[in-house]
Amino acid sequence: MTVADRSAGAGQGAKRARRRNSKGTGNPADGPQRNSTVTGRLNWLVVPALIIFLAFAILPLAGVFLLSFTDWDGIGSITFAGVENWMRAFADPTMYHALWLTLVIMALSWIIQTPISLLLGTFTAGSQKYRALLAVLYFLPLLLSSAAIAIAYKSLLDPNFGLAAGLNMPFLAQDWLGHPQLALGVVIFVVSWQFIPFHTLIYQGGVRQIPKSLYEAASIDGAGRVKQFFYITVPQLKYTIITSSTLMVVGAVTYFDLIFVITGGGPGNATRNLALDMYLTGFKANQMGQASVTAVILVLLGLGIALWLQRLGGKDKNGSQLEGM
Amino acid sequence: MEHSTASRRSFLTLAGLAPLAVWGLTACGTSGPGGNSGGAGSASIWSLTGAPGETIRTATVDAFNKSNPDNQIKLTLFQNDAFKTKIKTAIGAGEAPTMIYGWGGGGLKTYVEAGQVVDLTPWLEENPQVKDRLFPSAFGAATVDGKIYALPNETVAPIIFFYNKELFAKAGAQPPKTWDELMALTKTFNDLGIAPISLAGQSRWTSMMWLEFVFDRVGGPELFNNIFAGKDNAWSDPSALEALTKIQELVAANGFIKGFSSITADSNADQALLYTGKAAMMLHGAWTYGSMKNDGGDFVPNGNLGWFDFPTVDGGKGDLKNTVGNPGQYMSISAKASAEEQTTAKKYFAEGLLTPAEVTSWIESGAVPIVTGIEDQLAATDAKEFLTYVYTTAKDAPNFQQSWDQALSPTAAEALLNNIDQLFIKSITPEQFASNMNATLGQ
Repeated sequence: MTVADRSAGAGQGAKRARRRNSKGTGNPADGPQRNSTVTGRLNWLVVPALIIFLAFAILPLAGVFLLSFTDWDGIGSITFAGVENWMRAFADPTMYHALWLTLVIMALSWIIQTPISLLLGTFTAGSQKYRALLAVLYFLPLLLSSAAIAIAYKSLLDPNFGLAAGLNMPFLAQDWLGHPQLALGVVIFVVSWQFIPFHTLIYQGGVRQIPKSLYEAASIDGAGRVKQFFYITVPQLKYTIITSSTLMVVGAVTYFDLIFVITGGGPGNATRNLALDMYLTGFKANQMGQASVTAVILVLLGLGIALWLQRLGGKDKNGSQLEGM
Repeated sequence: MEHSTASRRSFLTLAGLAPLAVWGLTACGTSGPGGNSGGAGSASIWSLTGAPGETIRTATVDAFNKSNPDNQIKLTLFQNDAFKTKIKTAIGAGEAPTMIYGWGGGGLKTYVEAGQVVDLTPWLEENPQVKDRLFPSAFGAATVDGKIYALPNETVAPIIFFYNKELFAKAGAQPPKTWDELMALTKTFNDLGIAPISLAGQSRWTSMMWLEFVFDRVGGPELFNNIFAGKDNAWSDPSALEALTKIQELVAANGFIKGFSSITADSNADQALLYTGKAAMMLHGAWTYGSMKNDGGDFVPNGNLGWFDFPTVDGGKGDLKNTVGNPGQYMSISAKASAEEQTTAKKYFAEGLLTPAEVTSWIESGAVPIVTGIEDQLAATDAKEFLTYVYTTAKDAPNFQQSWDQALSPTAAEALLNNIDQLFIKSITPEQFASNMNATLGQ
């Protein structure tokens, strides 16, 4: 164990001790007065954050929920429509298609992004110079805005003046954005291209936290690189994987900008996911009530998935993976 | 110790309050540009950025402000797409500018129904000179239930059937006069390895222009008028189904360039296909003339760009001279504006819009303003053939159909564009298209 590791471990221990302390609010030894000042100050400090959370998260959420029971074109008066919008949404095949697409994009994005990010993250975690250099290149897409990426890809994929013409490779002149399956593939590819660097960064940080002694012990026991990766790196990254997956999956629910610019939901409805459907219904077709139904469904979907992923982390979220180190 | 706690606490308070303060500021900010502040007779106007409109609008407002010290106008410019969202929000929030710029039709109708714009009919009756010098065809899209709610202005942009003269000469072809000739040409050009028609299908409204013309040529203007009026099952009229079938036949015959669904109009790739000789024909707005002239090298100056009237359909009812497109841009007055602001706005409408100087600027930019009697001025430009063609097309059209996505309500327009996209990639049949669209009638 290196000095740095030991001190990190000590830090953890101290933190756990403190937590135990703060939990002991009922302990008479703490004294009622001291206790109240602590919690009192915390309550008061939480007010600004709470107000902002209420104003920008809870209030609009409640507003959207109420709007989903109304008819509103964004300009005229708001009229109560009962459950009409909800009935229409549940009877609308486009709605189910959008939901299905959202889930497909989510699943495929996760399946593609996770292994690549994990491998790249592990690779760039090494301290070699060439790895640091490559890491800089890998992280480049992080610096670009979604709209810029989307416009660039749209131009590259133009069948007549794009990549195919530039590189003189006719097989690249596919109907990339005009064929329903290809367009979906393009969207998932570009989304992955944009977000893999971010998740690589998360994994890089995660891998660097793993104590070297684990690898040293493993190699003494005769474990090769592959075995070390599967029996040390991956299990040690459990919480990193959960964090990264949560971001990926919840982000996939609301993918909008890239798809909007690249395909606009087309061809037909081939890439019209829930978020895009919500925007087009609300702001292009002026049906705010109907769009609010989609918004509520999006919120429920996102929340549900995030909670489910948190549960995957196990009940003892705060438990250490370094138990016994 | 006590001191340090206090200072930390006040720091945290500051940190906590700062976002709140910012929030307060932005809350005030939303009423910013639309706020009816300023002098008693001062009015506000929103317009669009981008050449040539931005410079022209700025110049007319400056000129008006200079000669009317008591009636000042404050101009705010927005980028096109941002404007469309912003103006809707502003009107919904009762913060609209005095003068509301727009494209008439279905969008204007939603404002009228919400009681947000002023009825200009009585004022135009008192001031016939304002109305009479403008193209009569431009007033259709400004009229809701027989009343005029907007003053047409700026330029007319019919949809033009362009062709590459060089490629036509190479193929020994003549511009098609009938639909059958057009279908025959698709084979001629495909055999030569040239795409017959350039189309930026991903933009959807580009495909819509085809439907607008074919509907007119097959069923005449009343076919869409019935749809516009919300008549039951108007989209499944036999003429409508015939027109939809014809479009799918053209798609099936490879009339449109391979991969047209991957091409977008905002990159002007569709125009590039025409002037680089990759495609022989293109149906597009009159405004593309200017960009093809700029970007196409020698193409336009050498006279390789030609144009013709959209072919007729055998047994169809539509007149060869009927056209479609944007009959003009529109300016309404907000019903929420004060009496003084409305007076200023009307004064600007009467004296500040389409002044001789503005007309000249538009013509110089390569567009045709919607005022009558400018033949001589058009004939003096180096684009005289094209501008005169646009002018006579717009002026003499027995029927000038406004673009459907502007004419219909935003709800119906979005459904229309979505279904057109599916029709062109043949994922739905004409019958499915008709039944999907029938569901939007009257919305």
